[in-house]
Amino acid sequence: MTRLIAMAVLSLGLAGCGQGGDKLVVTGSSTLAPVITEVAERFEKDTGIEVDVQSGGSGRGINDVRQGLADIGMVSRALDASEKDLDPVVVARDGIAMIVNADNPVDAITRAEVRALYRGETDNWQALGWTERPVTVINKSSGRATLTRFVEYFGLDNRNVEADMVIGENQQGIQAVASAPAAIGYVSVGAAEYEAGAGTAIRLLELDGVAASTSTVGAGRYPLGRDLNLITTGQRSAMVQRFLDFARSDEVADLYRKHYFVPARG
Amino acid sequence: MADRWLHRLLWLSAMLAALVLGGIVVLLIGRTAPFIAQQGMELLARQWYPGDGEFGMAAMIAGSLAVAVLALVLAAPLAVALAAWLRYFAPGWLRRPALALFALMAGIPSVVYGLWGLLVLVPWINGWVPPGASWLAGSLVLALMILPLALLVTDAALAQVPPDWLHAGAALALSRVGMLRRVVLPHTAPAIASGVVLQFGRALGETMAVLMVCGNVVQWPGSVFEPVRTLTANIALEMSYAAGDHRIALFASGLLLMLVTMALLALSWRLGRRHHGTA
Repeated sequence: MTRLIAMAVLSLGLAGCGQGGDKLVVTGSSTLAPVITEVAERFEKDTGIEVDVQSGGSGRGINDVRQGLADIGMVSRALDASEKDLDPVVVARDGIAMIVNADNPVDAITRAEVRALYRGETDNWQALGWTERPVTVINKSSGRATLTRFVEYFGLDNRNVEADMVIGENQQGIQAVASAPAAIGYVSVGAAEYEAGAGTAIRLLELDGVAASTSTVGAGRYPLGRDLNLITTGQRSAMVQRFLDFARSDEVADLYRKHYFVPARG
Repeated sequence: MADRWLHRLLWLSAMLAALVLGGIVVLLIGRTAPFIAQQGMELLARQWYPGDGEFGMAAMIAGSLAVAVLALVLAAPLAVALAAWLRYFAPGWLRRPALALFALMAGIPSVVYGLWGLLVLVPWINGWVPPGASWLAGSLVLALMILPLALLVTDAALAQVPPDWLHAGAALALSRVGMLRRVVLPHTAPAIASGVVLQFGRALGETMAVLMVCGNVVQWPGSVFEPVRTLTANIALEMSYAAGDHRIALFASGLLLMLVTMALLALSWRLGRRHHGTA
């Protein structure tokens, strides 16, 4: 037993020794973390430089970069006026699609209609051109970047959102809408497009006259899009610059597509 | 010699388990104590808007209790009745395969029950009273999850009834129902209750299945057809995105759950011990 403890302590000590050498620390957005982890693995294989990717939300990414705890931050939204000290590099674009069940004949929606639905002012599909049927409004749980972007775009306050159901992951939202004919929800465009193509019973709604698809998101025409950024502050070291260039290169474009994002390209 | 080593090893593993448990409690209390002291009754009085620094958990505590209690009300009587029926009334060839089936059901991972709930139960309730994802859906899924183990525990308790008593009952010309009511159930009630209380703890702690079917809207449980959010679902939904006080608030709800589960465990243990005392 004591030998086991000694071994555990020793291995912890050895793990600690890894720091300070050729190593990059990347922290932030949980939307970006899975894809950046794969980008980092490929980068490690190519260059031998170790990259440590940690999830924890866009806010953590910004804090860590400012305090020097991370070399690079991941932020899944555009930077605002109070964040001028940070230098963003857009690695991919993502959009948020309004989705309904495939049985629902409604195929387009406007900003005002979404606002009314989520504020509980409209609660029946009749008002949107379908039959007399109460709407099941699906919202995202607190703290999610998708929710933040959603309420910001539609000018909502999360306190006034009257939801019938609250979900976490994209996948859960898609499943919920697919199994409830009168539901409306919002999820990542790429994920919804993939699922709809694979035969899941959902439909992506046109928003303010623009179809929700990875191509309109890529062209920058879809109104409810968002940038996925890697951020740094001050002078970039050669190693950091190398990783940023790699993360925007054609070599990893397939990884962003695999995660249903639109790669930004160099 | 070998025995002594085995004894030491077992003692060490037991200590290690106790240490880990103690460590978790100490960590949770250490992390949350300043926050709980600072918030005080606000934790119960306010609503849950973590983004605005409001961490009221009362509605979710009520949600957790409501979902678990209804599940128990649905599952426990059924489990006891089924176990008694299988032991005393069902044809002999049915008992073994039926028990094996329930043992198998007990081993199915909870996400599978959750997925079934999401794909079958929720749409079904939705067609009846929308939105479908609701208190009722959560309790039904939980009831299905705790039924097999509650049944197996009851069966084991029934097996403890001394055969002499049954023979004596038969000699006194008691009917099978009478025997069950007058002899078997009074004798085994504490053991059955002990098992059921343990299952209540399990229902309170269940996360994924409940998260998938309950709708997760933070509100006081009103109608069984309305969505509720449980404490466990809240932790699973928000932990990966929480920072600062929000994160500590989630730790605090974890501590609360742990204390309730420990209290239930103690209750179950007491009930079980009383049973052995009288036997």
